[in-house]
Amino acid sequence: MPPISRGFRRRRPTEADPSRLPPGQYETRDFPVLAAGPTPHSPLEEWSFAVGGAVGEARSWSWDEFTALPADTVTVDIHCVTKWSKFDTSWTGVSVDVLLDGTEPWGEFAVAWSDGGYTTNLPLADLTGGRAWIAYRYAGEPLDPEHGGPARLLVPHLYFWKSAKWVRGLNLADHDEPGFWEAYGYHNYGDPWKEQRYWGD
Amino acid sequence: MEGAAVLGRLGAGRPQLDWRVATIRDVRGETPTARTLALDVRAWPGHLPGQHVDVRLTADDGYQAQRSYSIASAPESPGLELTVERLEDGEVSPWLTEEARPGDQFELRGPVGGYFVWQASRGGPLLLVAGGSGVVPLMAMLRHLAAAGGGVDARLLLSARSLEDTLYREELERIGDGIAAVHLTLTRGEAPPGWRGWTRRIDAEMLAAVGPEPAERPLVYVCGPTGFVEEAARLLVALGHAPGRVHTERFGPS
Repeated sequence: MPPISRGFRRRRPTEADPSRLPPGQYETRDFPVLAAGPTPHSPLEEWSFAVGGAVGEARSWSWDEFTALPADTVTVDIHCVTKWSKFDTSWTGVSVDVLLDGTEPWGEFAVAWSDGGYTTNLPLADLTGGRAWIAYRYAGEPLDPEHGGPARLLVPHLYFWKSAKWVRGLNLADHDEPGFWEAYGYHNYGDPWKEQRYWGD
Repeated sequence: MEGAAVLGRLGAGRPQLDWRVATIRDVRGETPTARTLALDVRAWPGHLPGQHVDVRLTADDGYQAQRSYSIASAPESPGLELTVERLEDGEVSPWLTEEARPGDQFELRGPVGGYFVWQASRGGPLLLVAGGSGVVPLMAMLRHLAAAGGGVDARLLLSARSLEDTLYREELERIGDGIAAVHLTLTRGEAPPGWRGWTRRIDAEMLAAVGPEPAERPLVYVCGPTGFVEEAARLLVALGHAPGRVHTERFGPS
């Protein structure tokens, strides 16, 4: 039994739909920013997105090529490991299914890598089947650098550190390799509904 | 990004972060809106300067709320101390800063985070840049450096609204005497009589004056509200500091 913190009571309004709020989270209307280092600002003419590693055929797109690919606009709830959740966020981007089409992936794992050196690892199955996008618009506007622009990975069913900001590519592999936060004590998979925040959760 | 070497010293295993009962031993007012809680934590495993903990409060109706707070104390000090700033529409910080008193209990787990960490063994030069209560994890680094007896070129630039809002004023004066160069800038209202620090928001000129030169490749740690950190990190990179040596910790408005 946890100890009762004498005099503590709920202060937040209870309008947040509990079926949408994973354990230990609270709803915010703001959009907080978290990153381990300075925000990179890469010019679009130097930007590219690459799919490589354990694939039959590596691919890469320039910014113009990338934004000409068929895009989805999705409205999803996002959950940050630092406890905030934000409901009904709207993103536009390219489904990872579209990017992998024709690359003949044979590895079961992927590492997303970003400008600035950030990486995060995911099972390939979590990036496919219409569950992950490379998003470049937020709420109808170009994605702010602070929030990961020009483009970030969007994997809303996992804690948001998996949705790598400033993403530049996916490297597929036949084995799992921990990414940046995953090596610093954060959970390897990061399911918010199982509250997988840290190692051992 | 650099610094994976730190992790090895945390131990090779993947320890589970269990919830532990924390009992408040002492509370100290720091500013009109912040106070420090000295805690006794059963079987606390120790921490590194810069790490944080997750705090969980439980109401008598079973309602729970979790938030993260930076550790203020040095690893060398006997208890665990958190300094908490009260947020106007917060849920956990009002209890910690107004209601909580010695003997009260809550749960915490940690330490969390292995990147925004500095130990004297990593050497210097060390540049710490703080906005408001962003000084808390940097204070753990300075206290650790003081416990190690100094010997590292360390500098702190702390931006606060006013002197009254400046955390750890007296202790920073002592640290400024031989352990680290301490620079303050006040961003709101009148400076007190005889004030010799700055009275404006941080800018490139101020960061250059604090130093050290980017060519000395200092390890840089920036902590504060999102807007402050974005601006400070941008200025530091523009001055020539390697982005991979600039560690940031941002806290949002919520």
